Amino acid sequence: MKALLLKGAPHLNSERTTAYIMWHVCWALLPAALWGIWSFGLSALSVLVVCVGAACLADFGFTSRFHRLGSLSDGSAVITGLLLGMTLPPSVPLWMAALGSLVAIGLGKHAFGGLGQNLFNPALVGRAFLQAAFPAAMTRWTPPFLSDRFQSFLAGSWTIPFARPQLDAISGATPLGLLKFDHMSSHISDLFLGQTAGCIGETASVLVLTGGAYLALRRMLDWRIPIAVMGSVFVISGVANQLNANYPDGLFMLGSGGLMVGAWFMATDMVTSPVTTGAIWLFGVLIGFLICAIRFWGGLPEGVMYAILIANATVPLLERFTQPKAFGGQP
Amino acid sequence: MFPTFARGVHPPQLKTTAEMPVRRLGFAPELHIPLGQHIGAPAQCVVKVGQRLERGSLIAEGRSFVSASIHAPVTGTVRKIGWLATPQGQRIQGIVLASEPGAGQEHVPFRAPPDLNDPGQWVDAVARSGLVGLGGAAFPTHVKLKVPDGRNVDTVMINGAECEPYLTADHRAMLEWPDDIVSGSLLMKKVLGAERVVIGVEANKMDAVKALERASNNCVDIRVVQVKYPQGAEKMLIRALLRREVPAGGLPMDVGVVVANVQTAAMIARLVPKGLGLVERIVTVAGDAVEKPGNYLVPIGTPVGFLLQSAGVVPDCQRVILGGPMMGVSVADLQLPITKGTSGVLAFKTAQDHESGPCIRCGYCVQACPMSLNPAAIMRSARGGDLDGCVQYRLRDCFECGSCAFVCPSKIPLVQYFRQAKLDLRKQPVAV
Repeated sequence: MKALLLKGAPHLNSERTTAYIMWHVCWALLPAALWGIWSFGLSALSVLVVCVGAACLADFGFTSRFHRLGSLSDGSAVITGLLLGMTLPPSVPLWMAALGSLVAIGLGKHAFGGLGQNLFNPALVGRAFLQAAFPAAMTRWTPPFLSDRFQSFLAGSWTIPFARPQLDAISGATPLGLLKFDHMSSHISDLFLGQTAGCIGETASVLVLTGGAYLALRRMLDWRIPIAVMGSVFVISGVANQLNANYPDGLFMLGSGGLMVGAWFMATDMVTSPVTTGAIWLFGVLIGFLICAIRFWGGLPEGVMYAILIANATVPLLERFTQPKAFGGQP
Repeated sequence: MFPTFARGVHPPQLKTTAEMPVRRLGFAPELHIPLGQHIGAPAQCVVKVGQRLERGSLIAEGRSFVSASIHAPVTGTVRKIGWLATPQGQRIQGIVLASEPGAGQEHVPFRAPPDLNDPGQWVDAVARSGLVGLGGAAFPTHVKLKVPDGRNVDTVMINGAECEPYLTADHRAMLEWPDDIVSGSLLMKKVLGAERVVIGVEANKMDAVKALERASNNCVDIRVVQVKYPQGAEKMLIRALLRREVPAGGLPMDVGVVVANVQTAAMIARLVPKGLGLVERIVTVAGDAVEKPGNYLVPIGTPVGFLLQSAGVVPDCQRVILGGPMMGVSVADLQLPITKGTSGVLAFKTAQDHESGPCIRCGYCVQACPMSLNPAAIMRSARGGDLDGCVQYRLRDCFECGSCAFVCPSKIPLVQYFRQAKLDLRKQPVAV
């Protein structure tokens, strides 16, 4: 007999690995991403490819050169790139998309030490950077289903870095923008079925929800977070709408902007969301409250990004006060 | 839906030996019998080198209250008294017994049968018979049968959950010795003055439930619990069947319960009334490196290597585990003996070791921990050397079931961190 090998218990491990979870998140994002490509054309496709490519290159660089935790094969960089791309407007210049990915991976993830160490959702860090640095390009919207969308790029896509961007000939507005600045509402069915202007991967709420529900059923995201986010947004806006009809109703709030992607795929990021039961519910409700507060009273039409980033910062504190009650123990 | 406890995990069951009746294993040429195979003080050797012993005679006596006597598992001669290896790496005093060629199975009583109507004498007989918990913990049985003044025990709980994958020794005991299990548990009920006996069996052993029901004569309550790991941990079984929570750091007796494994209950009935000592137990031998897996009635002290050879171990075996795959200990030395607490011997061809990655805070461990701890937080404290943090996160409540490490997608060896931190805590000076 050969020499026997020693190992500590347990000697069985579940087959589910970190990489398995991460790649499944990627698959679950695909339907909404593909819809974005279908509705916004070549430019949207290029933004997604550039974001994922840049995120992977950056991740490879940080993990191999600077020995940060994680590796390209665990799929987390692909998620970050894909999520960032899906939350950008279709006409965003490609160089900005690449820069956003670099900031997301570098500042959002590896500055903290790599996989599992970051406090803030990396994709949102990248997006917040782009929003702050290039507000004009980040709020220029394109109507969906332009007839030549697969023949030509949108005007913004190939802008030379730091050159003054050309003005877009055709421009649209998002439902949230229309509501905030023009007091125009949109059809609820258009919101859920991806018939409006918006970020590449955010318009088809139904597809986002399908992907998220699949992950929740497979227990690869915590269903309590999107339920808490959506529930609190629905209740708060419902009450506000009843008191003052200028505020949008619950369904409009859920279907518009980045809420679905935020609730199902950003807030649920395992690394930056809480693990204890009480904190999970508090975290979701806090995000829902902040989304409503920013959308109703803030200067921006959309608030999902900042709501999640602020809530990310509260996670250690929330967990500290919500440790589970011990079996047979005093609380 | 059958009752259960909160959280827990579902490892593959892999109970391939459930249909295999218990077979008696022959005697190894030499038995290695450690004097401390139970929780508590080691037994005191009462034999000399060269002395001839009959199977069943006393060879070491438990002299303090928490201890257990040991009896000769084979007729033979004492060859050596000295240091033996243990799976944990320490050495311990023990007796090496050379089997007599052609030794028989006659099992001689080492004492006169006790008076079953005298509780004091009866508990003393349990103590002297060397009975310990055969589920794996090896806690001396008689200690549980002495209820301290002011305490009240209303329930005797017999643990037939057997939640570890692969293991079927208890399952076979329930199928083959149901009458002994029932009468052993009734003897416990009598001496404890308890109101009832509850036997808990996982739902994957319905044939055992039927066998016990046939044997029970409605004197004991047989209940089915959900198949979930670690359902066989006594705190989890009590929670599932009685909805009582054993306080942190406490014992089942704190909530009026005494728990014994099914094999322990059976052995009480088989041994104590006749004045016999514990000399053998059922051991499951399984794993892909075993050609004849099955359940064996193994003399205590049989070297693991002898048992594996009898079960046809293949040459490319790479890992041997004593106990179940979730809580068992892997060993490299096949001279190590089967002790009273060894419920299984598993042998595997593959020894795949997952490389561990960084914690991604998925929270799976928090949702798995049956003790409702936050394993990831304890692990981070332990890795950072923060023992106070470990204690605050209630490391001491962890009983190392391994549920957290089983579900961890990053394959972090959480239990190893906890064991090391517990050792470090023990080395710390005690605050006065």
